[in-house]
Amino acid sequence: MSFSHAILEKNVVLLAVCTLITVAIGGLVQIVPLFTIEQTIERVEGVRPYSPLELAGRNIYVREGCYNCHSQQIRPFRDEIERYGHYSLAAESMYDHPFQWGSKRSGPDLARVGGKYSDDWHVAHMIDPRAVVPESIMPAYAFMATRPLDYSDIQAHLKTLKLIGVPYTDEMIANAKADLEAQKDPEGDTAGLTARYPKAVVSNFGGTPGKVTELDAMVAYLQMLGTLVDFRNVKPEQLRQ
Amino acid sequence: MASVSAAAGSAYASDASASAQAIPQYDDDVVRAGLIATIFWGVVGFLMGNVIASQLAFPVMNLGLEWTSFGRLRPVHTSAVIFAFGGNAMIAASFYIVQRTCRTNLFLGSLGAWCVFWGYQLFIVLAALGYVLGITSGKEYAEPEWFVDLWLTIVWVLYLVVFAGTLVKRREEHIYVANWFILSFIITVAMLHLGNNVQVPVSWTGWKSYTVPGGVQDAMIQWWYGHNAVGFFLTAAFLGMMYYFIPKAAGRPVYSYRLSIVHFWSLVFLYIWAGPHHLHYTSLPDWAQTLGMTFSVMLWMPSWGGMINGLMTLSGAWDKLRTDASLRFSVTAVAFYGMSTFEGPMMSIKAVNALSHYTDWTVGHVHSGAMGWVGFITFGMLYWMVPQLWKREGLWSQRLVAWHFWIATLGIVLYITSMWVSGIMQGLMWRAYDEYGFLQYSFGETVDAMHPFYVIRLLGGLFYLAGAVIMAVNLWKTITSTAPARSSAAVATA
Repeated sequence: MSFSHAILEKNVVLLAVCTLITVAIGGLVQIVPLFTIEQTIERVEGVRPYSPLELAGRNIYVREGCYNCHSQQIRPFRDEIERYGHYSLAAESMYDHPFQWGSKRSGPDLARVGGKYSDDWHVAHMIDPRAVVPESIMPAYAFMATRPLDYSDIQAHLKTLKLIGVPYTDEMIANAKADLEAQKDPEGDTAGLTARYPKAVVSNFGGTPGKVTELDAMVAYLQMLGTLVDFRNVKPEQLRQ
Repeated sequence: MASVSAAAGSAYASDASASAQAIPQYDDDVVRAGLIATIFWGVVGFLMGNVIASQLAFPVMNLGLEWTSFGRLRPVHTSAVIFAFGGNAMIAASFYIVQRTCRTNLFLGSLGAWCVFWGYQLFIVLAALGYVLGITSGKEYAEPEWFVDLWLTIVWVLYLVVFAGTLVKRREEHIYVANWFILSFIITVAMLHLGNNVQVPVSWTGWKSYTVPGGVQDAMIQWWYGHNAVGFFLTAAFLGMMYYFIPKAAGRPVYSYRLSIVHFWSLVFLYIWAGPHHLHYTSLPDWAQTLGMTFSVMLWMPSWGGMINGLMTLSGAWDKLRTDASLRFSVTAVAFYGMSTFEGPMMSIKAVNALSHYTDWTVGHVHSGAMGWVGFITFGMLYWMVPQLWKREGLWSQRLVAWHFWIATLGIVLYITSMWVSGIMQGLMWRAYDEYGFLQYSFGETVDAMHPFYVIRLLGGLFYLAGAVIMAVNLWKTITSTAPARSSAAVATA
C-alpha cells in the first residue's frame, strides 16, 4: 500500500476533513436511528403534554438545577422498582425539552414521585427539607412559597413547544392562562382543563389561595411525575423497543 | 524509526534550527494573558468546587439564598474548571505550540488572538452569571442558554480560523503531532456544541429556550456531547499539550512516531461512540447501550497508547524527575491519565455500571481525570512556561513547587478514595435486602452514611485548592521578583 501518513501531515485541509469525517461517524450511527426507528418510543397510552402550570413548574425545576442531584430515570432492577416503581419508559419523557433523566442521585429518583406524598408534605419539604427529612442535604427553597409565578408569557411557551413537535392544540394555547389559573383553584370550573389535560391534579398546591406562586407550579409538576401511564393496562409487547 | 526526528521530534528540532534562520516575532502577549487567566480561573473553579463540596457535607452552606444553592453553583464549578481553567490553558498552550512548531506567528496577528481571548472570557462570565441567576438550558456541561451559545460559536470559529490559518502558513514541512490533537479538539468541540444546542428561544428578547430534540433523543445527543466534551476538551486537547511539553522538558523526542499516528486516529474515531455508557439501563434502546459499552472498552487501548508514548518519552531522562518540577507534574499527570482511562472503560461495563451509576464513584472517577490529568499537566505547563515567557532565570521557589506537588497529590488521593468508598457503599446500600426480603435501607439512611466521606472529600478539595494558591503566589513572585534571564540562550529556548 502506497499510502503515507505524511500526506495528511503536510495538508491542513485534508487533515481537518479526515478528522471531521472520523469523528462524525460514531454520532451519526448512534443518533440518527433514534429518530427513524419508530419502536424507539414505546406504544403506551396516557402520555400527554404538560399542563401550563406543570410546565411552569418544570421550568423552575430546570432553572434551579434539580437534575444535578435528582434523576428521573428508574432502571429495571428489582431494588429500584421496589423503591421507586415501574422502570422508566422512553415514552414518558417524549415531551421533555430538555430531558431531565439526570446522572447523579444525591437525592432520590423523582421519575414517579407524583402522588407519593401530600401537597402539604411537599410544601413543608421545599421550605425546609430537614423539617420533614432530618438526614436531607437538600437546599431550602423557601423563597418559592412567596414569590408570585410569572406566567405572563405562558402562551409563547406553549407555542414554542408546539413548533418543535409537542402536540399542543390551538385550543390548549388559547386557554393556556386560564388553564394555569384553574389548576390552582379547586373551587373553580376545571372541566375544560381536565378535558384538555387528562389526570391533571387540581389543588391549592402551595397553600396560598388567591395568587399563584412558584411553589404552586413546582408542586403541581412534582405531583404529576410518572402518573400518566396506567401500567395495569400495558401489555409486554407494547414495551418492546 | 528514522522518521521520529524528522516529524515527531520537531518540537525541539524546530527551535534548534530557529536560531539559525530568522526567528519570527511570536505573538506571545496573548499567551501570557492566557496563562494568567488559567491561574485565575483555576483558583476560582477549585474554590467553587470546595463551596459545593461543603454544601453536600453541611447543607447550611447553601445559605438559604436562591443564588447560592447547590443546583445553581454546581454548573459554575464544572464550567469554571472545564471551560474557564481548561479552556484558557488550551488557548494559551495552542497559541504557544502552534507558533513554535510552525515557526511562524499567528494567522491574523495578535488582534485575532486577542479577539479569541477576550471573546472567550466574555463567554465564561456570561455563562457563570447566568447560572447564578437561574439562566440555564438544563443540560449538564452545556448549561449556557441560546444567546451565550451563539456568542461562543462566533468565538470558536475565530479560534479555528486563527489556529488552522497558522498551520497553513507554517514554515515547517510537517504538521507536528501536538497540532493534530489540538486541531481535532477545536473541530470536534465545534461539531458537538452545534449538535447539542439546537434550541428555539421562546422570544428573541428573553433568555429562555427549549431544546428541539426531546426525551430519549435529547438524552443520546446530550451524552454524545457530554462524553466527548471529556474526550476532546479534556483529553485530545491536553494530549496535544503533553506531546509538546513532555518532549520539551525532557529534552527527548517523542518515543514513537508510529504509535502517535495509530493512537491519534483510533482515539478520535472510538471516543465519539462512548456516550451511551452514561445511559446504561435507561430508556435508551439496548442496541445503543451495547454499542456505547463496546466502544468504551475498546477506548482503553488508544488511551493507553497515549500514556505509553508520554511516559516512554522519558526513557533516559528519568533522573530529571528529581530536579525538574514541571516534569514531575507532567509525568504524574500521565500516570493519572492512565489510571482514569482504565477505570472509565471498566465502569462502562454494564454490570459494573449498574452499581456505580448515579453514585459518587462517577464523581471520583471524573475528578481523578480532572484533578490528576488535566490539572497536573496544566500545572506542569505553567511552571515550565512562566519563566520562559517572562524571561526569568527560573522559578521563584522550587520548595513551593514541591509543596504544591505533594499537597495536591494528597488532596487527590483523599478525594478519590473517599468517593470510591462512598459511591460503592451507597450503591450497595441501595440494593441491600434484609432477611425478610425488604429493602434494608431508606434513601435517607444512605445519605446519612455518606456524611463522613463528604467531609474527607472536602478536605481533599481544600488541599488541592491550597496547592493552587501556593502555585499562584510562586508564579506571581516569579514574574515580579526574580532576576531576568541573563543569557540569550535561555530566551532562545522559549
